[in-house]
Amino acid sequence: MPWTKVYLNVEEMADTLQKEGLRGISYHEAILEAQAQAMESDDRVFIMGEGVDDPGGIFGTTLGLAERFGKDRVMDIPVAENAMTGIAIGAATVGMKPVFVHMRNDFLPMCMDQLVNHAAKLCYMTGGRLHVPLVVRAIIGRGWGSAAQHAQAFHALFMHIPGLKVVMPSTPYDAKGLFLAALDDGNPVMFIEHRWTFNAVGYVPEEMYRVPLGEGIIRREGEDVTIVALSQQVYEAMKAAAILEADGISVEVVDPRTLKPLDEELILSSVSKTRRLVIADVAHRTGSVGAEIVCRIAETSADILVAPIRRVCFPDTPIPASPVLEEAFYPGADDIVEAVREIVKGS
Amino acid sequence: MPEATALDIPADIAIRLSRTMMLIRQFEEKIVDVYGVQDMKTPVHLCIGQEAIAAGVCENLRTDDYILTTHRGHGHCLAKGASPRELYAEFYGRRQGCARGKGGSMHPVAPECGVLGASAIVGGSLPHAVGAALAIKMQGGDRVAVAFFGDGATDEGVFHESLNFAALKTLPVIFVCENNFYAVSSPILARRCNDNIVLHAQPYDMPNEQVDSMDVLKVYHAAHRAVARARAGEGPTLLECRTYRWKGHVGPEADHEKGCRPKEELEDWMQRCPVEYLNQLLLAEGIITEEALAESTREIERELDDALEFARQCPFPDPREVLENVYYTGA
Ligand SMILES: Cc1ncc(C[n+]2csc(CCOP(=O)(O)OP(=O)(O)O)c2C)c(N)n1
Ligand SMILES: [Mg+2]
Repeated sequence: MPWTKVYLNVEEMADTLQKEGLRGISYHEAILEAQAQAMESDDRVFIMGEGVDDPGGIFGTTLGLAERFGKDRVMDIPVAENAMTGIAIGAATVGMKPVFVHMRNDFLPMCMDQLVNHAAKLCYMTGGRLHVPLVVRAIIGRGWGSAAQHAQAFHALFMHIPGLKVVMPSTPYDAKGLFLAALDDGNPVMFIEHRWTFNAVGYVPEEMYRVPLGEGIIRREGEDVTIVALSQQVYEAMKAAAILEADGISVEVVDPRTLKPLDEELILSSVSKTRRLVIADVAHRTGSVGAEIVCRIAETSADILVAPIRRVCFPDTPIPASPVLEEAFYPGADDIVEAVREIVKGS
Repeated sequence: MPEATALDIPADIAIRLSRTMMLIRQFEEKIVDVYGVQDMKTPVHLCIGQEAIAAGVCENLRTDDYILTTHRGHGHCLAKGASPRELYAEFYGRRQGCARGKGGSMHPVAPECGVLGASAIVGGSLPHAVGAALAIKMQGGDRVAVAFFGDGATDEGVFHESLNFAALKTLPVIFVCENNFYAVSSPILARRCNDNIVLHAQPYDMPNEQVDSMDVLKVYHAAHRAVARARAGEGPTLLECRTYRWKGHVGPEADHEKGCRPKEELEDWMQRCPVEYLNQLLLAEGIITEEALAESTREIERELDDALEFARQCPFPDPREVLENVYYTGA
């Protein structure tokens, strides 16, 4: 199916889509289109964020929206993330649907109070009498010496908080479909995008469609080992799977797409089949999403694994600047291949 | 009791102000009465002594205007029209509570009359009022939003961020700071370089007033000007309402009983009881009689007794409800 496919190179994508007569666009174009269509079809939707109306247009994802919808609906804001999040919440409780864009995940700790104590709690704390339809677009950076405060990802932190939902689309198709579903959801949704997926291309229908929150997807079927890959690691996992295929190791790649709610069933059914698990994440090891996934497997199906699990993730250090250190820091396809070989060989 | 000044508002408004303040005072005193039984299991932050602010501000509001409040929010909710029954039921953790037993005393809510909730994070609900005002501006109309908060909230960055944005976008919001000179037991001058909160409006060119809030008429007039500006599209106002809380930070005892502040300080302020002050004025002007006042007190007492009785009779939520309302699942 064209909408589940992950294309690792543009030529292959162009070829296939042309043959099937389908439109291919990039991830950042998919987000741009989703937002434009949402604003077009619903007066309640507005976009706010530092620089959303600037010529760069948040890596192209808001390009031209201010011109088209006006600066009141595509609103540049003060560098005051906490109050601005509270302002988005206030507007959301009285019928608006704000989309708050953060150029970097790293700025989110500034609004932790409003996200954790307020957005996440209002529905519960008021016995359901208020709710907060809010999408927080949080972009993960990487490379070029971004360093410790410009390349982090906080999905594990947010996943811990009842009341928040957490989405991490990896493909253009899912970026658009999950964005529109998040906007409809009526709850605060952390919509986490990785810069390195922005130029990925794939089939994206022109019309509005939704990818339901909480449904993962099998990106590639296999028999010997399951790789649960998050966000940009889906691409690394697909590369690794191709390399491992040559070794005769058949890899299944699962992309959860949404972390909260998590498609536990899909992960469990894949791991029940392969009985081996590698988790590829774009964040640190300790207290990670991988830890949660493994725990859930252990809680219900402790005996299904025939090999130790492996986590391919960031070391428990802040992110360094030098290219040499960055290279040492970031795990990629090679590390996934190595992890898979280790657990396949050992069992 | 200072000399009563001439009543400078229509009698019907003055009577309503009196009634609202008495309702708040008696509502809180009833909590003091029953709290010792220990079946109202919620930390109560009483506003006795501060009633004039809620009454004076909310008298200028319509049902479709919004307010946001704090941990010390009972009075604001009552003044905006929230049901005493649902408030007490909430404090008793019952299903008919305004938040279905999920919020307690620190999180009252009454969307049907514009109470958009309360945060127990100091300063936390301030930006929500600004956001509601932003929504009003986007949706059109002449509604306004009010943020009630304490002097402690002005220590927080979110206060300053909220004022800036409200001024920047000329939003219909009124910031009402209840300066009772303490945050828990920390006096204001131990936390800030000065105690003039209105000064914070100046960098934003925001209209502001410092209001003696023992006199509800002063509060009423200041709020009237602020609300009129907001409705006319002229943007936000900061009101610093100087007041004093008679009870401790939390619970029914007074602070001097816990050694938190001098008894004389409380006694000085109690000389200027805001409820008493207005009622004396109404009596002096012949607008009400002693008998009418006594009847009014009894009537409120009956209403609150009924509310309390209702609350105690309400069923508790089903334990399974603990898992509900984490997420909105559709109207
Ligand atoms: C962010 C935060 N810090 C600390 C507290 C603990 N706390 C609860 S109320 C309070 C004082 C609030 O003082 P003020 O804003 O003046 O309101 P008041 O209680 O005087 O009405 C503090 C510090 C809190 N609830 N939230
Ligand atoms: Mg105070």
